[in-house]
Amino acid sequence: MLIYIAKRIVYTLPIMLGVTLVCFALVHLAPGDPLIAVLPPDASEQMKQQLMVLYGFDRPYHEQFLRWIWRAVQGDLGGSIATNRPVATEVFKAVGNTLMLSAVATFIGFALGTFFGFVAGYFRDTVIDKSASFLSVVGVSVPHYWLGMVLVIIFSATLGWLPATGAGPGGSDAWAWDWAHVRHIVLPAITMSVIPMGIIARTVRALVAEILSQEFIAGLRAKGLSEFGVFKHVVKNTAPTALAVMGIQLGYLLGGSILIETVFSWPGTGGLLNAAIFQRDLPLLQGTILVLAMFFVILNLIVDVVQTLLDPRIQRS
Amino acid sequence: MLLADKQATLGPITRSPGYWTTVWRRFRRDPVAMFALLVILAIIVVAILAPYIAPQDPYKGMSLRRLKPPGTPGFILGTDELGRDMLSRLIYGARLSLFMGVTPVIFALVIGSVIGIVAGYVGGWLNTVLMRTIDVFFAFPSVLLAIALSGALGAGITNGLVSLTVVFVPPIARVAESVTTSVRTRDFVEAARASGASALTIIRVQVLGNVLGPIFVYAMSLIAVSMILASGLSFLGLGVKPPEPEWGLMLNTLRTAIYTQPLLCALPGLMIFVTSISFNLLTDGLRSAMDIKA
Repeated sequence: MLIYIAKRIVYTLPIMLGVTLVCFALVHLAPGDPLIAVLPPDASEQMKQQLMVLYGFDRPYHEQFLRWIWRAVQGDLGGSIATNRPVATEVFKAVGNTLMLSAVATFIGFALGTFFGFVAGYFRDTVIDKSASFLSVVGVSVPHYWLGMVLVIIFSATLGWLPATGAGPGGSDAWAWDWAHVRHIVLPAITMSVIPMGIIARTVRALVAEILSQEFIAGLRAKGLSEFGVFKHVVKNTAPTALAVMGIQLGYLLGGSILIETVFSWPGTGGLLNAAIFQRDLPLLQGTILVLAMFFVILNLIVDVVQTLLDPRIQRS
Repeated sequence: MLLADKQATLGPITRSPGYWTTVWRRFRRDPVAMFALLVILAIIVVAILAPYIAPQDPYKGMSLRRLKPPGTPGFILGTDELGRDMLSRLIYGARLSLFMGVTPVIFALVIGSVIGIVAGYVGGWLNTVLMRTIDVFFAFPSVLLAIALSGALGAGITNGLVSLTVVFVPPIARVAESVTTSVRTRDFVEAARASGASALTIIRVQVLGNVLGPIFVYAMSLIAVSMILASGLSFLGLGVKPPEPEWGLMLNTLRTAIYTQPLLCALPGLMIFVTSISFNLLTDGLRSAMDIKA
């Protein structure tokens, strides 16, 4: 077991290196001058050269890359071109907000998804199953940015129950667990939870249906075990996979929150990415993507390890 | 006994229906999937016939008739923030939205299958190099990768198509690789090799024949995701640029009117939703129709 975990960690290292390489390549893929955001249109050639040296864009690629990694490992992601603030500070502030939103959304999605999945799996091929399954197809098919707009139309514009934008009263981004703040997270979290809800419901339904059709369940029932006792066995067999799917979904939401954050003006990494893209602030873009991708890689690693610990039957090479 | 006599005693020889005939027969009995198929065909027909059925010019606006609600005479679905006819823009929007959603999956299907089949068939170090590279792209959540790429490349239809293709190549390559690896060691491939078939012939006949079905269905299931992602890029201001009619972009530009004309704002997104759910239901139906063992 320990050997497997060690192997899995070692295997993650080249992936991480690859991820950094892709993030680095992104900046050099970008057409145009990397300094276009700060340079005035009438900048002299000399001023341009000075800035190139200042940001290190004048060095050969491999040297820039190694330098960037070396600093990144030490927690320095360079300076934002547009605001001149350190990228690391900006990203970690935003990641906190995105992480909170994604975690709440994953939790809602997991609760609803497992519920619908269990119901559908238990009442297979009945009307209940059909409706629960349809709901999960809706979950994976709905453009969530549009769902967010629809919820804003209903609950903010029409009913006026919940705020449409921001993370706190008066546009503050200092979070607190009181209703004045929590009401801001309700709509974006529900919107975001729809995708993991659909995927988890689908997975759980398939698992439950498969487990219920196995012989040991018939055996347990024949033995006279109560329906609740049987249910406990089903849960035990479903949990590792359902939890793994939940972990991966959290990673997807973290990386994919930009669309929903745009709809709700949520002060997270989505807003940062948006600013980085449209101001052509490449160090900020590079840094944000790197941090989000690293989160995803590490989350995958944790999910794999936890799943192996939960379910020793899983043999991996 | 002559063959003719044998036929006479056994009755006429009927050809057993082929695989795809059986699949189609099973698919036809699935009302949900058939309905989804009809919806998709309808959207495709609307997209093709857009110039003939759109009541107005989708580009021509008039500031006097901005943001008219649905039901306005002459503008059944109202007008957008520049006074352009909503129905005509939705009809024309089907062209770009479908194109942006389906094309990357087709490109990725071709590129990903080639990578996956080569990696799976050749095996060895080539497999390691190709598949470990693919793994790196799996380390990015798909939405993030699409947005990062098109954000770096800049807005535009071509850049949007390129980014989405890059997003869908890795999953298709992975499926193609695993199916090919499992087919490669099967007896009928060994038999073909023993009887002198070249590698290319084996790939063309034995491997493709068994790999194409699963990859095709898998790629179909990606179209729904691709539609949402492609429109999402335009919604963010990447992908399609104004004034082109595209559902995601329309959703973006109409956002300012969310308090004044809520119903109008919801329309383009509804189109994305209907298209994407139809593709998902169609794929589900096709998948269970192809699962003939059951």
